Amino acid sequence: MAENLGELRIISATVEDRPGVLFKVTSLIRRRGFNIETITVGGTEKEHTSRITISMKGNVAIVEQLVKQLSKVPEVIKIIELAPAESVYRELAIVKVLAQDPSKRSDLLNYISIFRAKVIDASKDTLVIEIVGNPTKINAFMDLMRGFGIAEMAKTGIVALSRGTKPQSERTAEKP
Amino acid sequence: MRLSGAKAIVDSLKKAKAEVIFGIPGGMTIPFYDAIYENAGAGGLRNILTRHEQCAAHMADGYARVKNVPGVCTATSGPGATNLITGIAVAHMDSSPMVAITGQVPRTMIGKDAFQEADIVGIATPVTKFAYQVSNASEIPEMIKAAFMISSTNRKGPVLIDIPKDVMLEEVDIDYVGRPKIGGYTVRSGEPHPYSIKKALSLIIASEKPLIIAGGGVIISGASEELLKFAEMMLAPVATTLMGKGAIPETHPLSLGMIGMHGRPEANMAANEADLIIAVGMRFNDRTIGKMDKFGESAKIVHIDLDPAEIGKNIRVDVPIVADAKKALAVIAAKLSEMGSKREENAWSRRVASFKEQFALNANGHKNGLSPGRLMKILRDVLPPKGIVTTGVGQNQMWAALHFKVLEPRTFITSGGLGAMGFGFPASLGAKVAAPDRPVFNIDGDGSFLMTEQDLATAVVENIPTVSLILDNRVLGMVRQWQCMFCDKRYSGIDLGKVPDFVKLAEAYGAEGIRVETYEEFEAAVRRSLKAELPVVVDIPISMDEKVLPMVPPGKTLKELILFG
Repeated sequence: MAENLGELRIISATVEDRPGVLFKVTSLIRRRGFNIETITVGGTEKEHTSRITISMKGNVAIVEQLVKQLSKVPEVIKIIELAPAESVYRELAIVKVLAQDPSKRSDLLNYISIFRAKVIDASKDTLVIEIVGNPTKINAFMDLMRGFGIAEMAKTGIVALSRGTKPQSERTAEKP
Repeated sequence: MRLSGAKAIVDSLKKAKAEVIFGIPGGMTIPFYDAIYENAGAGGLRNILTRHEQCAAHMADGYARVKNVPGVCTATSGPGATNLITGIAVAHMDSSPMVAITGQVPRTMIGKDAFQEADIVGIATPVTKFAYQVSNASEIPEMIKAAFMISSTNRKGPVLIDIPKDVMLEEVDIDYVGRPKIGGYTVRSGEPHPYSIKKALSLIIASEKPLIIAGGGVIISGASEELLKFAEMMLAPVATTLMGKGAIPETHPLSLGMIGMHGRPEANMAANEADLIIAVGMRFNDRTIGKMDKFGESAKIVHIDLDPAEIGKNIRVDVPIVADAKKALAVIAAKLSEMGSKREENAWSRRVASFKEQFALNANGHKNGLSPGRLMKILRDVLPPKGIVTTGVGQNQMWAALHFKVLEPRTFITSGGLGAMGFGFPASLGAKVAAPDRPVFNIDGDGSFLMTEQDLATAVVENIPTVSLILDNRVLGMVRQWQCMFCDKRYSGIDLGKVPDFVKLAEAYGAEGIRVETYEEFEAAVRRSLKAELPVVVDIPISMDEKVLPMVPPGKTLKELILFG
């Protein structure tokens, strides 16, 4: 089942964990005039290797061009666009929602349970809620929260992996 | 064996077969220069002291383009390193192999805004294939080895290695250097994929009006022989980009010369009418193809390039072949040969021949004074085929491109992509160091030459006798031409005045200065300069109203060329 990503396309790169690699990747994205939505960096299953996950809007040609350009950065070990049907995506958001009005609290808690979100902090006037999911789910949840009033919100950006044991070879830059 | 980091740099450079290093020392490279001193003498690195770091980079580039090995340049931290950047950017745009070594402030000082500190890796990253700051001496042998490998494989380009001064003073064991492993960098075979070859062949065989456009990639991969074989078999005319000049002898009947904004009309006409364009080692630059969405409207396009990112970057192509130009053309020519598809004279070849006759460019100027086109023809007649020409940037470069017929690859050296004025003279010095037995002529403008002329000092002191032909119109001619054509002759910021006197300038450095007023004097000066033992500057006053024509105005299609001003 393909996850709903809207217009977003996801690029996943494994890179050497050396100083300056994130700079080189973002510098190239800026220099070539690409517009990205989110970028995340973190560890992988291998030592000395990081994964950079980029989400962006754009057509096939634009995404392909970014993948090809980034694959030329020597520290980039592997880079592909993840096919939505064969990949899983998650983003984590935490949101501080206004909850002074006791009459609305039960609605709020219902939504939290429907979306399998979690209350991670509570005060007299606010709740801090954690939600994990794909970006569409998170956006739907945030739309509901706006009705209560959002005081603050933070998102991690998208992380993603391909499904199954098949190696990530959906669209490599090496293909002629 | 244990050595200091600085000695390890020299040791690694020599293992990489570097013979010459161009540069200027400074506070943070004193240990490196001390190691160079120790290494001096027979078999040592030749150390050429330049007068500006930009020139060091251009010299390394000129050297690389003639010799087909990475040119090496060096500068100290801060301003020394930033001065290299223009030269590095030129090499990056033109895919020229270069290794730049910069000094850096000691590790403990990095990030403290220390004296002469600059984040050179940050500055150089967008204009290099790879830029890296070494963080301990044990990395030096591997990273210098990696620098040479990366700069000279796949699509070539510059690499910068930044080395803090205290790292140069640390000790390192140099006995074992493994194969450098830099993340995902793999040296590709450059073999074409059989499927793309098959698709390309079917288009080639079906075409009636094929045109080949050869770019700098043909020269870099040494594919001239294969190109010619393919072209002759198909009877396909060959246009070149600016960087592709020399891919085919320009006196060959199938050669159309340069295509593009200032291209020859026969080349642009052929692109307008072709039904198949085979683009080899070129990247569909705006100066080459004019208005992007109108280029080759009537043609299918086969694009051969070593860099996958070039495919579909600027225009959509029908058949991409990601491969080394030489290998791809060899396979295509061999397959065509197997099929016995050699073409005889036909409607298209006659049509192309008629373009060549129709547009045989009148090189005689239409204004008073010497015609740059005719000067180029005289130079060609005198210069042996292996003689090397470099150019500045601007009108001088385009006159050279239009009228100087290049006969062999790697004998026409110009800043094509970046278009850096000042490139021609230092590049000529690098070329001459690479090929001391061949004459090297720098075709330059007065504006361009004045940007780097201080390295006449280097030429004289280091005994590098090149010849600079200054097409001297006392203005920034190309800007003036645009202001004449597109700004209603409102000339703004282009007047260079009547200074300097180039003959006296040359003499002040101990070089030879000659002024010529006639074609006969020009020819005599060129002949005399062929054997010159000193650097020569030939001042050639020309009219500032001489224009580079034909011209395709910016943003227009190749059909809309202006033939006469």
